[in-house]
Amino acid sequence: MADKKELAPELKEMLKEEYSQEWRKELRKSIPAKERMKISRKKMPERSPEVRNQDFNEVNLGLPAQLAREEAKRCLDCANPQCVLGCPVGIDIPSFIKLIEIGDFTKSVRKLKETNSLPSICGRVCPQEVQCEEVCNLKKATGVPVAIGNLERFAADYERENGEVFIPKLPPSTGQKAAIIGAGPAGLTVAGDLARKGHQCTIFEALHVAGGVLVYGIPEFRLPKKILEAEVDYLRQMGVGFKMNYVVGMTASLEDLKKAGYDAFFIGTGAGLPNFMRIPGENLIGIYSANEYLTRVNLMRAYDFPEYDTPVYLGKRAVVLGGGNVAMDSVRTAKRLGAEKATIVYRRSRKEMPARTEEIHHAEEEGIEFHFLTTPIKFIGGENGKVKAMECIQMELGEPDESGRRRPVPIPGSEFIMEVDLVVVAIGNSPNPLIPQTNPELKVGKWGNVEVDWDTMATSIPGVYAGGDIIRGGATVILAMGDARVAAREMDRYLNALKRTKGKKKKKETR
Amino acid sequence: MAKILQRERLVPNIHLIEIHSPEIARKCQPGQFVIVMPDEKGERIPLTIADWNRDKGTVTSVFMVVGTSTHKLSLLKAGDEVPVFVGPLGRPSKIEKFGTVLCAGGCFGIAAIYPIARALKEAGNKVITLLDVKANYLLYWEDRLKAVSDKFVVSSRDSFFNCKDYIPRVLGDILKKEKKVDRVISVGCTYLIYTCSEATRPKGIRTIVSLNPIMVDGTGMCGACRVTIGGKTKFACVDGPDFDGHQVDWEELFTRRKSYFEDEIDSLNYWEKINFP
Repeated sequence: MADKKELAPELKEMLKEEYSQEWRKELRKSIPAKERMKISRKKMPERSPEVRNQDFNEVNLGLPAQLAREEAKRCLDCANPQCVLGCPVGIDIPSFIKLIEIGDFTKSVRKLKETNSLPSICGRVCPQEVQCEEVCNLKKATGVPVAIGNLERFAADYERENGEVFIPKLPPSTGQKAAIIGAGPAGLTVAGDLARKGHQCTIFEALHVAGGVLVYGIPEFRLPKKILEAEVDYLRQMGVGFKMNYVVGMTASLEDLKKAGYDAFFIGTGAGLPNFMRIPGENLIGIYSANEYLTRVNLMRAYDFPEYDTPVYLGKRAVVLGGGNVAMDSVRTAKRLGAEKATIVYRRSRKEMPARTEEIHHAEEEGIEFHFLTTPIKFIGGENGKVKAMECIQMELGEPDESGRRRPVPIPGSEFIMEVDLVVVAIGNSPNPLIPQTNPELKVGKWGNVEVDWDTMATSIPGVYAGGDIIRGGATVILAMGDARVAAREMDRYLNALKRTKGKKKKKETR
Repeated sequence: MAKILQRERLVPNIHLIEIHSPEIARKCQPGQFVIVMPDEKGERIPLTIADWNRDKGTVTSVFMVVGTSTHKLSLLKAGDEVPVFVGPLGRPSKIEKFGTVLCAGGCFGIAAIYPIARALKEAGNKVITLLDVKANYLLYWEDRLKAVSDKFVVSSRDSFFNCKDYIPRVLGDILKKEKKVDRVISVGCTYLIYTCSEATRPKGIRTIVSLNPIMVDGTGMCGACRVTIGGKTKFACVDGPDFDGHQVDWEELFTRRKSYFEDEIDSLNYWEKINFP
């Protein structure tokens, strides 16, 4: 994976231009940097833990306008903004923040949408603390970065809540058609970018609701469905077509779609194949993959059973295996569904947990328990094939492995029994096999991931691009969107070049 | 949304549904399935494809009424629409010239085995069809199946078909009488396919069973449908649904199929109370 250390020249140019605008100069002068550095970071209001862990409503409440403008003042509007470098999609962060500072929220969100089709989602689920906020110059100076994520969320929410959603003027249609496979974060981003370039986009989605992991995986309390719906609606208004209940690879092959007139393809089918522990008893009743557990609850609305037909096990002693964001989502869901004890069992220590700090913090507040340096070695069944206990072993940390994290090593003789009646396995996913399986000429790596040229996201088939978890095997929403931006840029080039050759051919034929 | 062209009760508790879906009709192969949702609040349920018409763009499935979602489905009429009808899913059944193939079906599997028998016949096999019903009035599609079979036998618990017995023994008798049976394929409820598979085990005849575990997405994403085949966990939706019956961990499959037994009753009670107060 190529790390972007340098900004693209066009982006650099644009940032400079915005930076040198008169109003920005004046704004910078109006409050000296020293004063700005004295302002404390504004905390986003959130619902109290004992209330929120009883329902599925959103935990964070968003910054009120006044606080958002105060927070925006903290941004130093640096000449050399590191935050933009830290953002996988390269948002012009200083510009949108300064627009918030002067109170022009509408312009701020338009600025955001120039580079990011899904700001209200990214404002909620991006790990800003390891991206834009990690490299923020204010962090270097004071230790506390600008709350970029909270501000992004504020601007996007303001637009939606005030009914001012702006649909950009689209260029004349190029007549070129792009097929986008998977309506997850990567697919939605590619569609937004290509639609803005005048290409006709159709998204093919296997499930009956658009959003991919944003709808089946991330729970309502972290990303309300109505927000996702608004973002999808925005794309619809931009002319993006959606074909739901359509499994590319099964309903039609890439070849079929090519014959049907699609000129370029984007594969964003995600990491749709759950990993299991591969230990005895794993198929007992009450043991779920995180994908199944979350899909039952979020997509199929098992929390409204029996009004909705899909049931889910309601454990009293729920255990979630894993330490990532999906594990946090699962364990907090189990708590909300009435678990008396909801516990994370993770084989390394707290320090190595890949989940966002905010999610771990929220989980702790909500009464989630953590068992570190522990891993199950066997599931024990009780009545009717249901899981009733888990044999675990304690671990200690040894030498670092290839990921740089210290490898957990079992401590002999430390086995113990933990009583459980619900287990969710959240130890990652592998890329979904359907498209590679049905397209043998598509080159895949040893984990089943589609192989791409990381500079262009091009696969081994000309005109076919890929991004997100299908190439990474289990990463984040924003990395998928970053891949999608690169892919969309390249697909735009490819489609325009194709149009030129098509035009030439036509001319020849008419002669 | 997919439009229902026909919905008909074939025999008590078993219904046929024909849906307009040109894309699935164009692609589907014997042994594959679709996932359907009867309404926005329904479950995603897998149904084996029983027939199709590529020209008219229609797909037919036959299902048994078990829980709330199948109940809802059985009440839909021609002209109604279902929000989800997606497929074809799963790997197609292996069709080639094996020699003599015995196709055993029961319940919804009588319909589901029809396209498999037809394809096997077309591939040049001698096709023996063995159907199992509890009573004579539960048999359907016998004309269709007869038309693609060299030999046609029905076992039932009444004396109507001169074969008052349960399928595994009848299957055993056929295997004894026939010179050589190269392959057995079995589709239907879990107990039926299990007993068929056990009946052929001593003779070591290759027996393919179409498994029907609980599913959610049907595309490999969730793992609800995991089954143990030869000691290894497989996903029925993307690795199957056809598997070697002699390798299946049947006890696990039976148990997992009953995962939501109590919830299904609660759900049905709730639905009946709302709709038939």
